[in-house]
Amino acid sequence: MSHGHEHAASHGSVKSYLTGFVLSVILTVIPFWMVMNGGLNPHDTLLTIAGFAVVQILVHLKYFLHLNFSSEGRVNSLAFLFTALVIVLLVVLSVWIIFSADALMMP
Amino acid sequence: MTSHVTALHDTHAHDDHEHHDSGASVELGFWLYLMTDCILFASAFASYAVLVGNVNGGVGGHDIFELKFVLIETFALLFSSITYGFAMISGHKGNKAGLLGWLAVTFLFGATFIGMELHEFGALIAEGHGPDKSAFLSGFFALVGMHGLHVTAGLIWMAVMMLEVIKTGLTGRAMTRLNCLSMFWHFLDIVWICVFTVVYLKGAI
Repeated sequence: MSHGHEHAASHGSVKSYLTGFVLSVILTVIPFWMVMNGGLNPHDTLLTIAGFAVVQILVHLKYFLHLNFSSEGRVNSLAFLFTALVIVLLVVLSVWIIFSADALMMP
Repeated sequence: MTSHVTALHDTHAHDDHEHHDSGASVELGFWLYLMTDCILFASAFASYAVLVGNVNGGVGGHDIFELKFVLIETFALLFSSITYGFAMISGHKGNKAGLLGWLAVTFLFGATFIGMELHEFGALIAEGHGPDKSAFLSGFFALVGMHGLHVTAGLIWMAVMMLEVIKTGLTGRAMTRLNCLSMFWHFLDIVWICVFTVVYLKGAI
């Protein structure tokens, strides 16, 4: 019985998918609306849409991919956290190095 | 293998338990593959971020991106995510018709997305903004095209899974494969969040 319940929880329910979907719609429409209307200055707009993207990724991970820290799902979550670290290092350091090199080599 | 093909209800409890051990390790292995795919996408994003300013006197993102079009693409992918979720819920209940119906709906949303992306690429190339025109356009076609190829692969996989379920039913093996495709499909939606934010929205600001 407990096995069946655990199984259902790890694969999501109609309610959890609908929750994730509604949150995703909100988190998609707001940044599109912001950019299309161009109310804020570019710098603040960029920071805000980046924030919305991060939150939406977390929503997808929780409600669609069912990542969690239960004993069953912990390995997947840790693998993801490690990958996220690698991605941050890869993207941020690459961009930093190349733009610094570009700036330093200006004539 | 033949025991899996027998009627689901007779062997469900036993089959499910037996499948769970090997199925779980298959799913973990597939998840680890997806993590390496994440790193591949991260490399493409880093390249794009470096190249985005080099337009070679041609068009920039501001000139060619149509946000309304991209918003519809985004919704096609978002709808396909939730309908895939409904397919899996039907599958775990043993509802074969429900699973196939929702998979068909998911396939249509995914095909809509790919059709729109091909239309966008075709229009850009027709207007003379192909991937050979500037470093920005190379990076754009490589990054967005790579995501599109993944979605296309997901669509082919989905069609194969529909045929497998029609032929052999909801076996433990089919459910493991559908769980892997589920991770793949939702993962691609996450990559798309990064694409529309970093490429389209940032480009149009």
